[in-house]
Amino acid sequence: MQSPLRLERRLTQPKWLNWGVPLLSLLGALILGGIVLAATGKNPISVYMRILERGFASTDAFSRTLISATPYAFTGLAASVAFRMGLINIGGEGQLYLGTIGAAFAGIAFADQPTPIIIAAMIICGMLFGGFWASIVGVLKAKFSTNEIITSLMLNYIAAILLDYLIFNSKSYWRDPKSFGFPTGKRLVEGAYWYDMSFGPITVPFGFLVAIIAAGIMWFLYNRTRFGYEVSVIASSPSAARYAGIRTRWKIITVMSLSGALAGLGGASDVGDFRHVLDSKGVQIAGYGYTGIVVAALARLNPISAIFVAVFLGGLSNAGYALQGPDFPSGLVGTLQGLILFTAVAGEILTRYRIKRQTYVAEGVSS
Amino acid sequence: MNNNILVIILASGVFYGTPIFFAALGELFTERSGVLNLGVEGMMLMGGVSAVWASQHIPGSSWFVVLCSILIGAFAGSLVAALHAFLCITLRTNQTVAGLSITIFAGGLGLSSYFANVWDVASESVKHPIRILNPAGLSDAPIVGPIIFHQTILTYLSWVLCGLSLIYLFRTRTGLKLRAVGESPQTADAMGINVVKYRYIHTILGGALAGIGGTYYSLTIVPQWVDGVTKGAGWIAIALVIFGFWRPDLTLLGAYLFGALQSLGLILKARNIEINGSLLDAMPFIMTVVVLVLVSGGWAHKRLQAPASLGVPYEREER
Repeated sequence: MQSPLRLERRLTQPKWLNWGVPLLSLLGALILGGIVLAATGKNPISVYMRILERGFASTDAFSRTLISATPYAFTGLAASVAFRMGLINIGGEGQLYLGTIGAAFAGIAFADQPTPIIIAAMIICGMLFGGFWASIVGVLKAKFSTNEIITSLMLNYIAAILLDYLIFNSKSYWRDPKSFGFPTGKRLVEGAYWYDMSFGPITVPFGFLVAIIAAGIMWFLYNRTRFGYEVSVIASSPSAARYAGIRTRWKIITVMSLSGALAGLGGASDVGDFRHVLDSKGVQIAGYGYTGIVVAALARLNPISAIFVAVFLGGLSNAGYALQGPDFPSGLVGTLQGLILFTAVAGEILTRYRIKRQTYVAEGVSS
Repeated sequence: MNNNILVIILASGVFYGTPIFFAALGELFTERSGVLNLGVEGMMLMGGVSAVWASQHIPGSSWFVVLCSILIGAFAGSLVAALHAFLCITLRTNQTVAGLSITIFAGGLGLSSYFANVWDVASESVKHPIRILNPAGLSDAPIVGPIIFHQTILTYLSWVLCGLSLIYLFRTRTGLKLRAVGESPQTADAMGINVVKYRYIHTILGGALAGIGGTYYSLTIVPQWVDGVTKGAGWIAIALVIFGFWRPDLTLLGAYLFGALQSLGLILKARNIEINGSLLDAMPFIMTVVVLVLVSGGWAHKRLQAPASLGVPYEREER
């Protein structure tokens, strides 16, 4: 007994798939999420309406959504640039932590400088720290072909322990010596706060603009330069790349570091735009890095789309924070994100295969 | 004598290594069939939270409730695994991404946390934890007492499973077929083996074992529900399968090594030995990276017994 449907490989990819698949994925995720909600005794329609209302429906809500979207944009870009070379970097989480450490360091060290210099120093240090953390994975992959999925994930846990160490278990440079009882990090001076840009009634965090610029640069780098071309050759055929004389090992280290630097930039923006302190627990609870993977998958690894997807998922999280309570338990946002990722992954099948009805030519003769 | 630090480290190695072994054994079966499952962490957490729910809501004697909780934990893990199997085997999606999405969907920030909230399981400690046994009062026996006889029922079950899986994989016809499916599904198919069926069954079996591993965390180690209670054990389990060369016996030893590493911080702290606690906490993760580097490069690479078709979707039409 064979199933009545059959998958047939597509030879060409029609254009409508580029927007059709993400939209279908979202719709599918909303339906599946609705089933989970209904099964646990909640009204899906009213939950979704409230998410829409608190995430997007007013200028105030939208401004807050952009704050949530900013780190997602960075981690989404970080995941996209690595995935495009077939490097599964799921260490965005840890690389972002390192970015917060670097940026907080710069913010404290350059406290008496003018604001533009502090911001520049925070951006550079955040990128350097995040890039360094990812380069460990890159070097191990390039030198020993160690599985980057597991090493980058292990480094997430190590980075989390490092964050806790700096704030809770040591008298580090980052810890506020005046904090009694519950230890906290040193607060940055107000001169180190990143700008809030107003566009009419909507406030846009400076980091979000940086993310848009970064997305533009990444798009250019991957679509218009030799570097991007070589990366795509490595992604589609490593052996062809080797014969063509592309230095694959260096590309692995470079792309990993670039990916880590983008995640680190997200960490810098988290400190500069939002928390203004190295907040070990706060940044760990947020799970920015893992959401970045959802962003990249739904954006189909396109840097420009990643910004839009980040805004969408930012709205979801923002509504989640605003609504948290018995009617809207924590974990719901993560569940919905997971469902979106699922349907995006499953939706990829539409880009590779056509679903056809099975036809039998004759008994015993299968096509 | 039982206060000797080496005995304590060995005993904790077995105690903390057991859940990692369950998850790793499950992953081993899944990978032997050629399916890579990176969703172990999510399956463990779903198993853990479901088991806590069962422990609090099922009436009856303690033994009965514990048995039901373990079964329900395994069932929850296998349900999530069935989803993974559907994505990877039927829809032939990229197995890496599918597994990741399982962990994000079911993991510490996702469905397991949502269920914990909806079922309200985190507010009180577990009613019927899986207790440490003391068979025939042997726990006090020198040396072997704490290591072998001061464990839970799940530890003994894991030993039975380790032995059975060795026989299954290397001494039975079905085990041989399973390995054939993982090595070369085309050949296996030509031999008349149902590749899809073998892959589904072993992926789901893997999820059930991961669910039991999660149950061990929420009903024995903690024993209370905390979001993300497994703290990366699922990922360590995936690395352990590579470390154990896809063999159950070596994987068991590896699990105990990592269990010992995990507990080292607590043991040394209890003895007032001055040491950097954060570094010790990071040890299991650092060691995982070191071990992976060791088995990825050089001599070990040639000896690795990785199933040749691991992570490759099987398409009948394409030969």
